[in-house]
Amino acid sequence: MPLSTSSNFARPDDAFRAIVEAHRGLTEEQSADFDATLVLILANHIGDIDVLREAIGLAKRRMIDGQQQQLQQQ
Amino acid sequence: MAPANTPHAKTQFGYRRHPDQDRSGSSPAEHPVVIVGAGPVGLSLAIDLAQRGQRVVLLDDADRIGEGSRAICFSKRSLEYWDRLGVGDRMVDKGVVWSVGRIFHGEQQLYQFNLLPEDGHKRPAFINLQQYYAEAYLVDRINELPEIDLRWRNKVTALEQRNDSAVLTIETPEGAYRLHAQYVIACDGARSSLRQMVGAEFAGQVFEDQFLIADVKMTAEFPTERWFWFDPPFHAGRSALLHRQPDDVWRIDLQLNRYADPVLEKKPENVRPRIARMLGHDKFEFEWISLYKFQCRRMDRFIHGRVIFAGDSAHQVSPFGARGANSGLEDAENLSWKLDRVLRGKSPAGLLESYHIERSMAADENIRESTRSTDFMAPNSHQEARLRKAVLALAKETEFGKRMVNGGRLSVPCSYETPLSSPDADAWAGGPRPGCSMLDAPVAERAYLTDAFRQGGTDFTLLSFSNGVAPDAPDGVKTIRIGGEKGLGDPSGLVARRYDAGPGAAYLLRPDGYVAARFRHPTREAIAAALSRAAGLN
Repeated sequence: MPLSTSSNFARPDDAFRAIVEAHRGLTEEQSADFDATLVLILANHIGDIDVLREAIGLAKRRMIDGQQQQLQQQ
Repeated sequence: MAPANTPHAKTQFGYRRHPDQDRSGSSPAEHPVVIVGAGPVGLSLAIDLAQRGQRVVLLDDADRIGEGSRAICFSKRSLEYWDRLGVGDRMVDKGVVWSVGRIFHGEQQLYQFNLLPEDGHKRPAFINLQQYYAEAYLVDRINELPEIDLRWRNKVTALEQRNDSAVLTIETPEGAYRLHAQYVIACDGARSSLRQMVGAEFAGQVFEDQFLIADVKMTAEFPTERWFWFDPPFHAGRSALLHRQPDDVWRIDLQLNRYADPVLEKKPENVRPRIARMLGHDKFEFEWISLYKFQCRRMDRFIHGRVIFAGDSAHQVSPFGARGANSGLEDAENLSWKLDRVLRGKSPAGLLESYHIERSMAADENIRESTRSTDFMAPNSHQEARLRKAVLALAKETEFGKRMVNGGRLSVPCSYETPLSSPDADAWAGGPRPGCSMLDAPVAERAYLTDAFRQGGTDFTLLSFSNGVAPDAPDGVKTIRIGGEKGLGDPSGLVARRYDAGPGAAYLLRPDGYVAARFRHPTREAIAAALSRAAGLN
């Protein structure tokens, strides 16, 4: 099964909000720790190495695109 | 230090002049096989070849068995190999049998694992045994085999490759001489001089973290298990390992930081307080202290002309996972039967290429596994440390977290993707597929399939499950029958279950115990074709 990038939540704002709120009141360090833990939990829930690799690829591509946009703006 | 503590094993040997040394340099003595290096791999390979009827010269530059316990964990697979070499019982009788490991984080146990949770195997998951005992027992066995000519204080100083042979120059206490060999097998360890002589690269990943090994002698109540700590109370922020050996000796492995001064750290007066903190007392004596860094690397090619590399000379891994000596022994069992067939002209020299294919694949797997373990123990960046912290925290309450904690993944035989295998033509729901190692199971009370396999010498073997009709095995293939009038028993049903075998099924096993092919309904033609493929004949 390929990585799903269509919208899967009935209420996407709720999902985004839940993650944002989980970070409220945390220091940068604590936030990073939290993210690392959450990523591992979700990765295990997905339980499909191909989907995980695709997700990692997408995240990496977005980062590289973002850096290029920043460079163009400078 | 260590050999003084090995009262039941001879560890010091003498140089003896050999008539080969009297020949002129222009007409050196000719030998089919010269093995360089009398460590566990070279010794085992020599025995295996001798048992197959080959004459072997085995050279070693020292005149004694190496100091220190060094490799201590020998796998089930290695024990099954040593059974075939006639030394398995001695190793197991002296060794400490174990299969359970525990992983701790701080003071808390995260989980425990059992490497062989099922019955019905002749050999345990592992034994711990000091390397000097293993070597001494192998040397004793060699002394029973007139085919092997073991020459101490014979140091190879030069190599000349010819089209169909190699010529070695050998330095001895009485001067140099030369030997002509059809094949030279380099089992001369991580700092292999043969590797330098063929000009091969040996590149890979260097790990900066330092580890301290201390073998201490004490009477202790700890169980015979492998205990591994992340961030233990007695060694904050780092990892530690505790493991039992025979003679009340305990292996302790402590991770140090990468900037620790090796000379200072090795001094017994500096090691003692660390160990005392770990054990809670200082009633112990040191057997051996060693500080090491390690590398994970392998040669590009294991075969260079007429020189074939095996063991640490060909590949090196970190020690977490017991993949060093055990993979070297797997090299030996993989190479031996192939070399024997080539020397007898029963298979073309091309069969040896499969040694490189299969064992370099295994080396890659061992390097991958041990690199992952090492990276988990000594994270390379702040973020890697953060992810590890998350895994250790999750391990306290989740199953998946426990499974991600990596305190060493212990050696199991590699599955080969190899040109020697015939792909399955039938449907199988289990059992070892072609390219996998055979599985053990009981065939009678206290008798096992691995016993039946080794009896009468290890050659190609057809393991068949009776349906009343004897399968038509090609010439030169040994047979093991399960069931039927003359067959072996399957008292627990484990043979049939582990091989997913119904009546009439058959497995073709290679001389190293790997599966070459399997058939639900074998025909003579199909078996002959698989045999010919596994022997490198087409």
